[in-house]
Amino acid sequence: MSSDTLAKTSAAPDIPEQADSLRIVPQRRLGQWTAAVAVLVLLGLAVTSVVRNKAFQWGVVGDYFTSDSVLRGLWLTLWLTAVVMVLGFALGTLLAAARLSANPVLRSVSWGYVWLFRSIPILVQLLLWFNIGALYPELLGVKTVNLFTPIAVAIIGLTLHEAAYAAEVVRGGILSVDRGQIEAAQALGLSRWRRWWRIVLPQAMRSIVPPAGNMLIGTLKGTSIISVIAVQDLLFSVQLVYHRTYQVIPLLMVATLWYTVVTSVLGLGQYYVEKHYARGSERTR
Amino acid sequence: MTVMVDIRSVHKSFGPLEVLKGIDLAVRTGEVTVILGPSGSGKSTLLRTINHLEKVDRGRISVDGSLVGYRRSGDKLYELREREILRQRTRIGFVFQNFNLFPHLTVLDNIVEAPVSALKRPRKDAVEAARALLDRVGLADKADAYPKQLSGGQQQRVAIARALALEPKLLLFDEPTSALDPELVGEVLDVIKDLAHQGTTMIVVTHEIGFAREVADTVVFMDDGRIVEQGAPGDVLDRPRHERTRSFLSKVL
Repeated sequence: MSSDTLAKTSAAPDIPEQADSLRIVPQRRLGQWTAAVAVLVLLGLAVTSVVRNKAFQWGVVGDYFTSDSVLRGLWLTLWLTAVVMVLGFALGTLLAAARLSANPVLRSVSWGYVWLFRSIPILVQLLLWFNIGALYPELLGVKTVNLFTPIAVAIIGLTLHEAAYAAEVVRGGILSVDRGQIEAAQALGLSRWRRWWRIVLPQAMRSIVPPAGNMLIGTLKGTSIISVIAVQDLLFSVQLVYHRTYQVIPLLMVATLWYTVVTSVLGLGQYYVEKHYARGSERTR
Repeated sequence: MTVMVDIRSVHKSFGPLEVLKGIDLAVRTGEVTVILGPSGSGKSTLLRTINHLEKVDRGRISVDGSLVGYRRSGDKLYELREREILRQRTRIGFVFQNFNLFPHLTVLDNIVEAPVSALKRPRKDAVEAARALLDRVGLADKADAYPKQLSGGQQQRVAIARALALEPKLLLFDEPTSALDPELVGEVLDVIKDLAHQGTTMIVVTHEIGFAREVADTVVFMDDGRIVEQGAPGDVLDRPRHERTRSFLSKVL
């Protein structure tokens, strides 16, 4: 049907024949314009104040941004985050597998672990591990204080905490895989290991990656909590400086900027990982 | 003729619900058996017991002379270790109603997966065989596509090729066309008919009466966990002896 006949058949008597010559005027969205202007004005005020407020001491920020002590702190934050994520997800995957197994003992223990470690605030847990020597002065013939150094406490505490959350993320991912996938793999005679690595996990990754990316960023920033047990991470490094120089705000800005930079890089990485695991999904058509 | 599948007084319950109430069935080598019946009659469960996707509560099943899932010693049946069950399954192809292709693998990788990982075939040989199978089901040009890029009928043909890649002695089809749009049913049935004419032993659970009439050597009608009657398609479909078979056929025909 041509547009001409369409216009004729649907035109009311008082509308001219040439329907395609009529101009369409969209609704005026006055509220939206007002809101946009208001937000831009507020944003402009905030930026101006940040730039013009001398107390930010941007010069000092520049001086310390790449100083040795800050970079050392940043490095510790980065590798600690990596170690905690890897160990946390390794333990979390085991916990998820235990939770989904047919063995009621494994299931209960896994459930209990997640319940316990999600219940204890990470700060409380770190302080407990830090003071474990009060409970066990010696372990395996070694003084406990020598085993549980601040950095060891940080790794243990953060990993156990991370694993409880990772277990739930991995379990959710596995449950999102259609049961028919496992049956098909069984019917084809694929071994348990192969079913897990080749069929279930890659499909589970699609639902695991977004919350895992969230957790990675959370862990990166969360490691700053270990400054309370005097581990020299990024935050503790800038604190050391400002305790000496009293330039609190500019040094906190140094930490803030670094956390923002790393988080942005990780976010970008997550985008590519998600793309990888989306192979074969309908949206990549 | 030798018997490929021998099912003896198989019982199976899901909780309090008894879905198989004593099934006896023999399928001869090279023959096509079509199982008909209303939903809930236990036909899919029966099919799944044949490759031990469901364990039986009582009775036994043997395929090509060996017990499925168990080892007999005296008057006891000991469940096999998983590795042995998996080896048995590689000799039995299974095609699912919902295809169950692996969506993250290409069509070719779907087919190659089992021969390489379960039968330890060299990948090169498996790829070659897979391409030949794709050609046979008319999808030679889809080797590098992902399953979701294919129509339902094409996906099911890939699933059939995937089952054939293990060179099974027996093929089981669980309502292979029930999830398909009507216009795609024919292409899948054609592939199955083709296999039937080449003498593949198979058991097909389906609602396609026309297919049963054309291809089946034996038609089995199940209702409420029992086999009501079985025989040549001409007998069961055209001159059913039981009232339940008659009323079922009058509804689906």
